[in-house]
Amino acid sequence: MPGPRRPDAPRLKLPAIHWENLANVLTPMAAIIASLAVGSLVIAMLKVNPVVAYGHLFRGAAGNLGQVTMTITNSIPLIFAGLAVTLAFRAGTFNIGGEGQLYMGALLAVWAGTALRLPLGVHVLAALACGAAGGAAWALVPGYLKARRGFNEVIITILMNYIAVWFVSYMVHSLLREPGWSPQTRQVLATARLPQLISGTSLHAGILLAIAAAVAVHFLLTRTGLGFAIRMVGSNREAARWAGIDVAKVTIITMCLSGALAGLAGASEILGVRFRLLDGFSPGYGFDAIAVALLGRTTAVGTIFGALFFGALRTGANVMQSATGLPVVAVYLIQGLVVLFMIAGTSMDVVRKLLAKRKEVAAGAGPVRGGAVG
Amino acid sequence: MLDLLGVVLSVDFVFASVRLASPLLLAAMGGLFSERAGVLSLGLEGMMLTGTLAAFLGSYYTGSPWVGLAIAMVCGGLMSLLYALACVTFRANQVVAAVGFNILALGATGLAFRRAFGITDKLHKAASFQPTPIPYLADLPVVGPMFFRHLPLVYVAFLLLPVVLFVLYRTTWGLKLRSVGENPLAADTLGVKVQAMRYAGIVICGVLAAAGGSLLSIGFISTFMEEMTAGRGFIAFAAIIFGKWTPVGAFLAALLFGAADALQLRVQALGINIPYQIMLLFPYLLTLCALVLVGKSQSPAALGQPYDKT
Repeated sequence: MPGPRRPDAPRLKLPAIHWENLANVLTPMAAIIASLAVGSLVIAMLKVNPVVAYGHLFRGAAGNLGQVTMTITNSIPLIFAGLAVTLAFRAGTFNIGGEGQLYMGALLAVWAGTALRLPLGVHVLAALACGAAGGAAWALVPGYLKARRGFNEVIITILMNYIAVWFVSYMVHSLLREPGWSPQTRQVLATARLPQLISGTSLHAGILLAIAAAVAVHFLLTRTGLGFAIRMVGSNREAARWAGIDVAKVTIITMCLSGALAGLAGASEILGVRFRLLDGFSPGYGFDAIAVALLGRTTAVGTIFGALFFGALRTGANVMQSATGLPVVAVYLIQGLVVLFMIAGTSMDVVRKLLAKRKEVAAGAGPVRGGAVG
Repeated sequence: MLDLLGVVLSVDFVFASVRLASPLLLAAMGGLFSERAGVLSLGLEGMMLTGTLAAFLGSYYTGSPWVGLAIAMVCGGLMSLLYALACVTFRANQVVAAVGFNILALGATGLAFRRAFGITDKLHKAASFQPTPIPYLADLPVVGPMFFRHLPLVYVAFLLLPVVLFVLYRTTWGLKLRSVGENPLAADTLGVKVQAMRYAGIVICGVLAAAGGSLLSIGFISTFMEEMTAGRGFIAFAAIIFGKWTPVGAFLAALLFGAADALQLRVQALGINIPYQIMLLFPYLLTLCALVLVGKSQSPAALGQPYDKT
């Protein structure tokens, strides 16, 4: 892949604050605070004390070891799927087919976990690889159609989401169905399961893989020739083409990598939590992933935190519901508000203007990266 | 196979297809205004859901489904302003805006419903539309029970097609709207207010989608449930694509999706040996194949691109 090998030359002045990184932190923080504030008004209208409600939400998400590990476990598929969106977005491609890729990943992972007979260790890796391959294959179609035929990937991936969800449902009801009355697959064999990290909790080794994946995506984007090409294609396709980058090839490769990450989201959920596949097993991880990536300002590290926030909301919501009577859907409101506040914040560029002023004062620094969705 | 043919040709099936297609029709016709103005109508799901709840509450408190419908349309229009604000004024990525908007609508409707009725498992019922047979036509053999014994709003859904055709293709306003979706810069140069046209397209989309949503809560049945639209907004969105962004195409696609839904229900009931998942998947596969075979999609040229006035 052409291009200089290390686009982000290491900056040696370590103590210096990176103002663009600060913006990446401040904008999501402001969006979260604003949405919690608006949410508290709505909660107050429902005649519940918002402080009490948020207290229960927090207790439910992080009150004890069991709840903390549950939050982390629920974040694992969101980290993978969020990374999928982030990576594709950096190449200028909108992968909203995460849900479909996740289902295909889960399907192949459950097949490998139930049908193959492999030794301990090898089996789980094989099942994960199958999951990644399933997602990648499903993403190859929109990737190819966008890169070589000029189709809009948004429309193609939406259609393919439906096809995947119903196809997986069909497989669960027919070929992979466990004998018995309920439509579900058999459980994956013990050799194919992701090991538990802390006994007595739901936390499994998938979190290590998810963090490794985030590090890998970060490394890929900032330290490799392919990553440089991806970012170049993402910021200006024409310029990338003139610079001699095979834009179509980069788009297809990125889309497949993105699909593989989404596939791992499905595979990790199957091999680490559920052990079998049912109809509609995903509560929309593939769609939440878009909000997660947005909250993470489409950076690999930010995506982890975005996923943890969403995971915490979903986990805490149940405790909040049983303690205060506020329905679980209350957290949907907060999630939606976070996304809209991120849009407003990014659009109005409050932070970036502040940043520009700082730069004027500091007189001269690199260009501000416009990496955020929105 | 003969069983299946029997199902498809039955009066009952055609009646159900028309019925199930009508919410999709209203939403898809609304979505066209947004899409032809260059804004993805992925927010349809949230707009429909808003209408579903607002219609239910309106009808519940006033006892009149017509008032419910009116309130739904107003609320759908107001809610869609939020989507327009994000997509047009803030120039957000429209997919991201839609994701946020839809989940917000899900939360807001769920909370509003709880605010009104508290947490009970009791089924609350509101006054709903009653079938209105059209005089004389309803008495025709075969055709009468198929097409002329529906709810008033179902007729409206079908009569919307000529209206939309006229507005989009025979009025100056329609030309302006389409020009904004094809080439906003050129339209702007000619004095068309791009942002205003896009707002208008999105609000019309919200109003019609909410009307479609009201059919679910105070039309076919008379209650509300969280997430009641269950993806119908996205199906309406797919109908627009399948219909190549034309009113007639979207109309036929919505009918096809309605028929697929009706068929799936009947096939399941009869125990005919076609997996219903394959039938549910089929329209999407067909759309995908049609898009790929037809070649590059004939979407409005500026669809999904925010317009920066500066």
